[in-house]
Amino acid sequence: MEYLVASAIGLMTATGVYLILRRRTFPVILGLTFLSHAVNLFIFSSGRLKMAAPPIVGRVAESSDPLPQALVLTAIVISFGMTAVIVLMAVGARFGTGDDRVAPEREAP
Amino acid sequence: MNHWIIAPVVLPAVLGAATVLGGSLSHSPALHRTWPRAITLAGSLALLGVALLLFAEASAGPPQVYRLGDWPAPFGIVLVLDRLSALMLVLTAILGVIGLVQVIVTGADRRGAHFHALWMFQLMGLNGAFLTGDAFNLFVFFEVMLIASYGLMVHGAGGERLRAGLHYVAVNLVGSSLFLIALAMVYGVTGTLNMADLAVKVPALPAGDFALIRVAAVLMVMVFALKGALVPLQFWLPGTYAHAPGVVAALFAVLTKVGVYAAIRAGTLMFPAEAPAIGPILTELLWPAALVTLLLGAAAVPGAGTLARLAAFATISSTGLAFAAVAGFAAEGLTAGLYYVIHSILASALLFLIADLCALRGAERLDGGTPRLPGFLAVLFFASAIASAGLPPLSGFLGKLLILEAGIDAAALLYPVVLVGSFLLILGFARAGSALFWRASGEQAEPLPARAYLAPAALVLLMAALTIWAGPVTGWLAETAAAVTDPAAYIAANALESLP
Repeated sequence: MEYLVASAIGLMTATGVYLILRRRTFPVILGLTFLSHAVNLFIFSSGRLKMAAPPIVGRVAESSDPLPQALVLTAIVISFGMTAVIVLMAVGARFGTGDDRVAPEREAP
Repeated sequence: MNHWIIAPVVLPAVLGAATVLGGSLSHSPALHRTWPRAITLAGSLALLGVALLLFAEASAGPPQVYRLGDWPAPFGIVLVLDRLSALMLVLTAILGVIGLVQVIVTGADRRGAHFHALWMFQLMGLNGAFLTGDAFNLFVFFEVMLIASYGLMVHGAGGERLRAGLHYVAVNLVGSSLFLIALAMVYGVTGTLNMADLAVKVPALPAGDFALIRVAAVLMVMVFALKGALVPLQFWLPGTYAHAPGVVAALFAVLTKVGVYAAIRAGTLMFPAEAPAIGPILTELLWPAALVTLLLGAAAVPGAGTLARLAAFATISSTGLAFAAVAGFAAEGLTAGLYYVIHSILASALLFLIADLCALRGAERLDGGTPRLPGFLAVLFFASAIASAGLPPLSGFLGKLLILEAGIDAAALLYPVVLVGSFLLILGFARAGSALFWRASGEQAEPLPARAYLAPAALVLLMAALTIWAGPVTGWLAETAAAVTDPAAYIAANALESLP
């Protein structure tokens, strides 16, 4: 279980970092999405990994920490909103300048 | 509980929504146009009033805690009003009012939709970030602040500026991911995210957790350094600030200083050097980065191609010096650093406002041949150059002097760096001034209306006041720094409870 989650986080982060370094906006946005997924899993695991343990304290024999789940929810909502913003801006830049490269034309100092 | 503490967050949130609603109240176009301006101006003035009230309360008494939903700390989220947060609230409110006056005078809000709502949400995010006493809530308010700043930065923009905005958003999304990783590690190790609770639990960690909490602390401070544009994380700033509307860039002057504020909270409260788990690692990392930032920003100033980029480079340099002053997290350095933070927020804002006014009259580039600008603009530019370069008689000089005199460790390195940096800044400003005002060869530019000078003149007067009353200000800041470096009262105010 730990190996599975840890390697999933690592793999998604690596994919995300690779994609963020691309020079078109679409892969960059996909990379940011991968990165935020990896982060969400990471937050989730900060409450320790347990099987079949509901996040209810006091009612069940073995409960899991409910706080990281609430944190993940917040993080998901925020990264969802941010992705929407960056997609809109990327679309705007694509149709405003005619191509979807991340780097602008050479800029004056 | 003192309910005024939540007002700086709730008021702009409600008013921001109200500016959008205005159009649906009536079909009268006149109301449609003036409603958002009236609401935002009234809201900004009210925020200034509330901030001053909270400032008076924080100066008179110990830190106060506002428990959201009345959940006890550390289980619920708390807002904490102490002297440092009150100071930052007042600075934000002052800049909010001055910036908004300039927005209305220059008509910057008419270039696109919903400017005023974004302005209010920006103030809300800033106020929340300064007030919160919870590390995860700090992340949330950072995001509120950032998402409003994305909107403001590309306000009324097309293609090329959207692309510059894209960089800013992408960089900050990566920063947010790092922030979340740091928060998850902190929670995984300590089981809490309340800042006061961290101040209690981090020094008591067992040796086995040292590596994890240290990585988390460094990651978190790295995010704050990204917000403050510290080398090597400064690449996003010049393009972003130079492409943003001038008045928005003036408000962004506070945004970089949020990084300084959060780093102070991290270094003194959450991850103090006295804790064996942390040690002096934050100082060791911030100090060289701050010095390089100072020099790099200053070195770029003489080569800047436009006045807006020059202002962005000067902002980088000033943030570097502010970080250098606070990097030791000692009381004297913090006193001097906070004085310089107040000054540099005002000075950066002034420079961006002047760059905006020059651009309005067609003078953007610094290679000569610009139109002849009105004389009073030259006077204001001269004042802002003196302030930004740190020459007497304005407060920048006093700020630099205080930092040099603060007895910071390794100050032997600070003297040459500050002096070389100041020299480069003077050189850059002299070059920019002569290119803009002396080598102007074009048509005589249309004079600006007197009201366009209102906001820049107010900033100059504030800096003059900061110089004249430097004694009382530094006295107040010394008490603030003493309270920040000894967070016992801050922790006590949280009335931490533990599980039964």
